[in-house]
Amino acid sequence: MADNKEIKEEKKEDNKENKSSFMSGKESRRITKFNRKVTKKLEADRANAKKDPSLYMTHMKDDKNVVEFDNVCTYFFSDVGVVKAVDGISFNIPKCSTVGVVGESGCGKSVTSLSLMQLLQRPSGQTVGGEIRFNLGDGTAYNIVNTPTSKMQEIRGNKVSMIFQEPMTSLNPVFKIGMQVNEVLELHHPEMSKEEIKNRTLEMLEMVGIANKEGVYEMYPHELSGGMRQRVMIAIALACSPELIIADEPTTALDVTIQAQILDLLSALKDKINSSIMLITHDLGVVASMADYVVVMYAGRVIEKGTADDIFHHPAHPYTIGLMKSKPVVGKKVDSLYNIEGSVPNPVNMPDYCYFRDRCEMQCDRCKAKVDKVGGDYPPEIKISDTHFVSCYRFYDEGSVLGYPETVNVEELVK
Amino acid sequence: MAKFITKRLLYSVLILFFVMFLIYVLMYNMPMSFVETKARELASRPGATKSYTEWLADLNAQYGMDKGVVQGYFVWLHSAVRGDWGDSWVWTIPVIEKFNDTVWYSFVLGLVSFIFEILIAIPLGITAAKKQYSFTDYFTTVVAMVSISLPTFFLATLLKYVFAVKLGWVDLTGMQGRDYQFLSTFGKFLDLAKHFVLPAVTLTVVGIGSLMRYTRTNMLEVLNSDYIRTARAKGVPEKKVIGKHAFRNTLIPLVTMLGGSLPGLFSGALITETLFGIRGIGYASYNSMTQADIPFIMFYLAFISVLTLLGNLISDLLYAAVDPRVRLS
Repeated sequence: MADNKEIKEEKKEDNKENKSSFMSGKESRRITKFNRKVTKKLEADRANAKKDPSLYMTHMKDDKNVVEFDNVCTYFFSDVGVVKAVDGISFNIPKCSTVGVVGESGCGKSVTSLSLMQLLQRPSGQTVGGEIRFNLGDGTAYNIVNTPTSKMQEIRGNKVSMIFQEPMTSLNPVFKIGMQVNEVLELHHPEMSKEEIKNRTLEMLEMVGIANKEGVYEMYPHELSGGMRQRVMIAIALACSPELIIADEPTTALDVTIQAQILDLLSALKDKINSSIMLITHDLGVVASMADYVVVMYAGRVIEKGTADDIFHHPAHPYTIGLMKSKPVVGKKVDSLYNIEGSVPNPVNMPDYCYFRDRCEMQCDRCKAKVDKVGGDYPPEIKISDTHFVSCYRFYDEGSVLGYPETVNVEELVK
Repeated sequence: MAKFITKRLLYSVLILFFVMFLIYVLMYNMPMSFVETKARELASRPGATKSYTEWLADLNAQYGMDKGVVQGYFVWLHSAVRGDWGDSWVWTIPVIEKFNDTVWYSFVLGLVSFIFEILIAIPLGITAAKKQYSFTDYFTTVVAMVSISLPTFFLATLLKYVFAVKLGWVDLTGMQGRDYQFLSTFGKFLDLAKHFVLPAVTLTVVGIGSLMRYTRTNMLEVLNSDYIRTARAKGVPEKKVIGKHAFRNTLIPLVTMLGGSLPGLFSGALITETLFGIRGIGYASYNSMTQADIPFIMFYLAFISVLTLLGNLISDLLYAAVDPRVRLS
């Protein structure tokens, strides 16, 4: 108990010194020591899960979803302290639909998707709390957070696949395109013969719109353009007809014409193989044209989610409203585009009130202090229609409160 | 490919011509002169019939040192291209013979330690990179640092003290045991091998550090790249990610480095050879050098130059073999 108090006191000091961005050697050593302790414990826990399937087998809340994120917390144990990159996010990805995840750089979009794939840079990056339920289709589900790596390898590329934002560097430069597409089929379909695999690869290459498929099969990545490489990446991602495709800013590195082609391709193929897409982007135009559902993230939390119509036509959270206002509109003349003043709080040292409060133009009384015993802290998730959820006190009285995002106390992890 | 190799070989001949000329000029102008030393020695003998100057003129004519640098070089070159490398002045036997007598000891020593270096350093580097900032990583880093910083003579002396003086497992110096003459052929081989253990260990330990650090750095860079993440996202098992996807990319810089170590196999290790009394090429060439034995040094350095150029060519070819982005043209 005394120990705990000491830690807390040190933590306070920590915060003070962070503000002046100074860190003593003692501080730094303490953090490193703590990080090593925590990550070691978490790694050991994960290794133990291998023996006991009950630790990672679970059931979906709603069988119509492919993936359910339930209060997921992914933290990075860095040298300057714990960075809560994703802190208690919850949303679902229904079957055969496209979910757009939007938010500014560093808000935790990519970390969310990497958590789902278990591809975080370990041991420093760890999912420390919550559940990510992945539907196995037979009534059971994996809780990805605890799933051992051997099981993950069966899912990756097979049931969930990922398209990365950097097509120029995402393909291995020393292997031929054919081999790289073949590989994913060989891994997940050991029953297929060499001939069948090659045919399937060629079929995939044709499907993603590569005209010279026989030629490209024998080519190395450096012989292709960025757009072509992204098509190859899509071919790899779709080769095993996955149930979920994570597209992590698939068009950021491409020019606008290729962007449109790639997006059309993605949505056409999605319908063809009946899979869902988790589309991560900060391009609202892309989301508007592709997504059925939209999740808006800010500083590691979901602040608003709903159907595309809800978000684009009835935005509720001041941040979303600001985002919508900041879009350039064709045919409307303005001197300068709208922007949201201020910047995101320091991720090592998050405030204990609404993360957006300091930038918010629509603050209400509850944002700052308790009104009728409620308020002042981080706002709960509030349901304002059947499909529309928002974390903002402005709707506290009219909507129904669902719950607060739960953060994980990292000190308790090692007890 | 054939065109590339031909072109490179032709360039090499040109480079060799100038390299050898430079070396000849340097050797010719060395502060110590074999001929002068010899003339002084002969003139100071009891009952010497000629004076120092007379002997000097005589010997200069005899050893072909009276022609000047440029002409002297061409005379050397003329016989060298016909395969006549002349007699060593210091060892008074044909250069080739002396070279042949010594180089194989050095080559075996170099090759054995080179193979062990690769076998130990590369897996160690990969393991360290795989578990960055773990105990294994820090441990191998410390070992590498120690290995880089240890001077050869210190390590050799330490090994000798422990294994020869204290434990008495091997002889202190030399290449043969006392009863070498009476052993069977296989026994002779074993005896020789036993005497090569400590020198090989010395060379291996001294060489491991840099290769291990190099492998680790390159592996880390590769492991953090996007295509490794792609491989993992495809569901490739971790062993295959490291062994296939990452290692193939780490090979690219490694091959360049290893191709360049070809001349190192033949150049000998002066300090180690001297300390362990191995009559290798390092020892022989050092003695020749200090006594300005122009024919031997010219041959030795010509050989090393050829190997260096060949090593560069080989590493270029290997580079193209492991990296499809490189085209030879």
